[in-house]
Amino acid sequence: MIVADLARPVLARRLRDEGLRVRTGPVVNRIQSRLPRVAQGIALHYAEYPVEEADGFADFHVNIVTPRGVRRWARPQVHFQFDGMRAFLPLPADQAFAMLEWGLNWCVSANCHQYLIVHAAAVERSGLAALLPGPPGSGKSTLCAALVNRGWRLLSDELALLDFASGFVVPLPRPVSLKNESIAVIRRFAADAVIGPIVQDTVKGSVAHMRAPPDSVQRAGQPARARWIVLPRYESGVGARLSPLGKARAFMCLADQAFNYDVHGRRGFEFLGDVVGGCDCFEFDYADLDAAVGAFDRLSRP
Amino acid sequence: MSRERIDPLLGLLRDPSAAARFQLADWDALIRSARRANLLPRVALDLDERGLTGLVPEAPRAHLEAARVLAAAQAAAVRREVAFIDRALADRGVPIVLLKGAAYLIAGLSAARGRMFSDVDILVPAETLADIEAKLMLHGWASAKTSAYDQRYYRRWMHELPPLKHHTRQTVLDVHHAILPTAARLKPDSAKLLAAAFPVPGEPRLRVLAPVDMVLHSATHLFCNEDVGNSLRDLVDLDSLLRELAVRQGFWEILAGRAAELDLARPLYYALRYARGVLDTPVPDTAIRAADAGRPPPWLRGLMDGLFLRTLHPRHADRALTSLARLSLYVRAHWLRMPPLLLAQHLAVKAFRREESVG
Repeated sequence: MIVADLARPVLARRLRDEGLRVRTGPVVNRIQSRLPRVAQGIALHYAEYPVEEADGFADFHVNIVTPRGVRRWARPQVHFQFDGMRAFLPLPADQAFAMLEWGLNWCVSANCHQYLIVHAAAVERSGLAALLPGPPGSGKSTLCAALVNRGWRLLSDELALLDFASGFVVPLPRPVSLKNESIAVIRRFAADAVIGPIVQDTVKGSVAHMRAPPDSVQRAGQPARARWIVLPRYESGVGARLSPLGKARAFMCLADQAFNYDVHGRRGFEFLGDVVGGCDCFEFDYADLDAAVGAFDRLSRP
Repeated sequence: MSRERIDPLLGLLRDPSAAARFQLADWDALIRSARRANLLPRVALDLDERGLTGLVPEAPRAHLEAARVLAAAQAAAVRREVAFIDRALADRGVPIVLLKGAAYLIAGLSAARGRMFSDVDILVPAETLADIEAKLMLHGWASAKTSAYDQRYYRRWMHELPPLKHHTRQTVLDVHHAILPTAARLKPDSAKLLAAAFPVPGEPRLRVLAPVDMVLHSATHLFCNEDVGNSLRDLVDLDSLLRELAVRQGFWEILAGRAAELDLARPLYYALRYARGVLDTPVPDTAIRAADAGRPPPWLRGLMDGLFLRTLHPRHADRALTSLARLSLYVRAHWLRMPPLLLAQHLAVKAFRREESVG
């Protein structure tokens, strides 16, 4: 069963009562919330995702709640609860769905130390993955959104999960978070892309989520070998320019962008060395998305 | 003490072989409550030790693996940190007594197995505090509490310096001169603890508390601390210490006497009662009888049973009554730690400050 199989009132009731168990890649999230915004966001963005049985195992139990008291009416806020505890400072109520997304990212990055977790987008073509590490502002999500609208498979927008045993990237396809100007840029670039409502004034500016392509969600069980590491940098005026990057610098960049490199110690060092060793590494300056997708396509068909 | 249907986490802490009977729903509850109690790595290593990890279904097993990795990283980090502290204070010539988690780890005790750490705690003679703080500052530690109120509160009423944070590693060090606040009702004499401290093989300048003192400190921490969220973890510490240290010759014979000497008879009474009642810790009846000197009046014992058992019980973790119990224990811990007027003043400042940070 997938989320789209549940009629809207059933979905809302399940979120309110026993919780909706949604599988995203390797993890099952049990999501509870009474908030209509959360139900709407889930109906829009998670339509294609598998729904798991109620008596199974859920990796993360999360709840988006409205606190009691006067704040409910004056500037209402929402809390993210993890395992029944508040995990962050509250946010304004109109950011409820964005908070769910950030909270689900946090669940993975703070807990899934069976992986090396890199703050990077990851896309796949022909079984080979490109990792796009990038601090906020590098344009990784914009580039990722463009690529997955032109035939690349979305493995992840935020968290690249590297599996120690296989060395592969384990897919965690979730909505792609677009910020500020990127929202309009992607609307123009891909008229078919499904983009949710824009939420203003978050810590990251204006934010909207783009639905993951259904094909990427259906193939979430298929890992891919890392083949390229590409450090994107949005640079106005250039079309799209790939330039080779030394492996040592690529290594340092991934280590720096990893959430749990320090947790893995020597094993993490050696593993990351192997991953970088098996990849061609580039810096990528781009401004034009068509040219950028062209450059990636040439990369995958040498 | 009454027991409800056995909670998966408590069941497994008492006897890891209970895992063989777990359904998927039990694993679901276990991972959640163990993670919340900071006991997930401990559970993972308990299962490993008994060779039971193979029984765990794949999805929960991934969490156990992640927890094991995290605990190993934390243990390595604490070892490294202790070496830094040791080096920073080397030329002081004063032995450094490690407390709690760092002590269990460096002394190679099973209480350190899969333990999560938030900081390193050391105990030093009160008269050396200023000197030690200065030395640590030269090596990169600085006070993490910057408000004048916090500084004064710690330095005047507490048993430790305001927490020190290392400016590059971001690690936290608590430098204690006593195991209970200066203003607390119970007054364990630090000089006695320091005098009885044990050397650590291979570590010329490091010490840990003597076995009985280590148990008494753990008991004190559990029953006088406001950090109620970690109560079950603290009880697991105590259980491990008792199981491992009590086999030493004469341990039980001197325990109650030492508790009386250190003004810790009451914490010891509670410690043995709850360790035996909640985790089935083997405590001989003679030891229970000896600890009876610290027995509270019946009405108080009934109240404490209600409060502690509720906060210790993972199943109750998110119920409203448990919040009330936790709040009561929080206030009680402060009550034990300072006289009423100071308590009222301190809670008022804290409440006021919270309003400020929200507004």
